[in-house]
Parts: sequence; C-alpha cells; structure tokens
Amino acid sequence: MATVIVVTSGKGGVGKTTTSASFATGLAQRGYRTVVIDFDVGLRNLDLIMGCERRVVYDFINVINNEATLNQALIRDKRVENLYILPASQTRDKDALTKEGVEKILSELKQSFEYVVCDSPAGIERGALMALYFADEALVVTNPEVSSVRDSDRILGILSSRSRRAEQSDNPVKEHLVLARYAPDRANRGDMLTVQDVLEILAIPLLGVIPESPAVLQSSNAGVPVILDEDSDAGAAYGDLVDRFLGKDLPHRFTEIQKKGFLKRWFGGG
Amino acid sequence: MGLFDYFRSPPSKSAALAKERLQIIVAHERGNRRSSPDYLPALKKELLEVVRKYVPIDQSQVKVHLDREGGYEILELNITLPDEDQRQVQPP
Repeated sequence: MATVIVVTSGKGGVGKTTTSASFATGLAQRGYRTVVIDFDVGLRNLDLIMGCERRVVYDFINVINNEATLNQALIRDKRVENLYILPASQTRDKDALTKEGVEKILSELKQSFEYVVCDSPAGIERGALMALYFADEALVVTNPEVSSVRDSDRILGILSSRSRRAEQSDNPVKEHLVLARYAPDRANRGDMLTVQDVLEILAIPLLGVIPESPAVLQSSNAGVPVILDEDSDAGAAYGDLVDRFLGKDLPHRFTEIQKKGFLKRWFGGG
Repeated sequence: MGLFDYFRSPPSKSAALAKERLQIIVAHERGNRRSSPDYLPALKKELLEVVRKYVPIDQSQVKVHLDREGGYEILELNITLPDEDQRQVQPP
C-alpha cells in the first residue's frame, strides 16, 4: 500500500520545495517508486528545483480535467530511476483543485507508486488544504525563527482537525519535524532558537536538521536536488533524513558547531 | 572563544526572548482551537433546520457562540426571529 506524505509549513520560503525535491529523490535513490506532486497551482516551482522545467507539457489540472492522462503528465526524472514529477498548472486558478479530482489522481498514483510526496504551497488556502487532506504522514518544515514556528503550530492544528484521517477519526497523520536553515553557531550564541527550543514548543518527533548552507542555492541554481550533492552538509543531512524516515536510527549531524582549524580558533570569526 | 571575541559586545540572548514569546502565543492559539469545537457548524445547521420547520429564518439569524470561563464552558445560542407580519407559520 502506497504512503502519501505532505511536505508543509504554513509559512512560505522555509524550504518546502527544496525538502520535497530532496526527500522524493532520496526515496527513489533507495529503490522506492516515488512520485512528487506540485500543489502550488499558479506558482509552480518544483519543476525548476528538479531541473525539468523545459519538459513540462501537461500538468496536474489537465489530468483532473481529463485533458491528459496521468502518463502524459508525469515527467520521468533523468538522473534517478523510479522518480517521477507531476507539475502544477501555471495558469489555471486554484479552484480547479477539487477534492474529488485530487482523490482520483492520488488513488491512481497509489496503484503504481510506493511513495507519493505532495509539495504544499504556503498558506492555509485551498491548495495547502488539498495537499494535506489525503496525507498519511507529514513533514512539517520549520525554520528556527518565530513566525515559522508559529505557522508550523497552526499547520499541526489543521493536520489534526481537517485532514481526511481526522475527519474520518482514522489514525492521525504521522507528523515529522524538519528543522531547516539551522545555524549551530548562532544558536550557541543565543541568537537563534536551538533544536531543543523548537522541539519543546512544537512537541513532534524530529526527523532531520538541515544546516543553513550555500549548497542549497547552488543546487537550485543548477536544477539539481541538493541531496545529490552528497559532499555538501545540506545534501548529507537530507540523506540522513531519508534514511531515518525509512527506519534507520542515525544520530543528528550538523547540530553542533563544526570544529575550526587552529588559526580560526585563535583569531575567532566565522 | 577567539582572541577578537573579547572585544565584541556581550551576547544578546534574543533567542530566549523568542522562545518565551512563542510559548505564550502558541499556548494561547492552541486554547482558541480547542474552544471552537468542530461540531459547531453542524450544530448550527441542524438548529436552523429545526427552527425553519416553524419559522422562516435564514443562516445569519442563528448565532452560536462558545465561551470558556474558569473551569466551565458556556454555549450561547441566539436566534433572531423575523417580525410578526413577515412570519408565515407552516406547521409540518
């Protein structure tokens, strides 16, 4: 039975699409048939982050409206086997995203995929509600910053009251915290909420800490999910996150200040 | 700590302030979520149907409000009936 995972946050710009792209790529790399869906109708960007923007012909809404088949709209990733992308529509308005339409497509995808990753738009409007409605599990992407933490808490409330699992009194959506853009040195100085602070406030299990890293921008510039940059800190952190999701018990890396060389230690800075 | 750190201003510890503010606002907002249970819209709809059997009213004339005071909750129902001359009572 396929698992539907929503990547959500409430607040925009915290790393939902970056996380969706790397998470889906990581699952596929490890041999699971995975599809990642962009729910941000009108403002699609997953295609750019995945580097397949020039291969988009049909989209999610075309399939809902029976203007294209699912196979026509799915884009096969060129780098990683078992990975497919379903882009959002760039032109239609958000009302085209109906509960019936989304349900139809998800149930069709669940026949042939093991993991369906839903990249939610920001906010708590229709697109975001549709992305989380059918979810079995949720990755809540949060930055160590007040507005992001508050919005994440709001989204957790919506997951536990307005998802299908909540409405049907089924087992609740399984929640995972992804703390992104973390800077251990600033947290140590008392200038940034620590991992522990955020965990205390949101009180959900921690799946991964992604360090603030130049590699994320470099990867998005190139249209390559950062998890494929295995030498980078953010890429390695996403790799660990996927392994942890699949059940491996790994310690959290990148939550402490990296050891500095002799000169840097002596003269400070950094 | 590096040599130059001695000349820096003392740490601001703004994160502690952020945490305190978040704990308060998050607890407050979670409280609000609980005090507005999911059954309220359905309750309002059913009340409307029952009253409509006897008096023609519309959605905006039924107000349902739940308040929390100390250890107990108050469910307040406010149904505004139309003027006498506008009523067309049609018992079922």
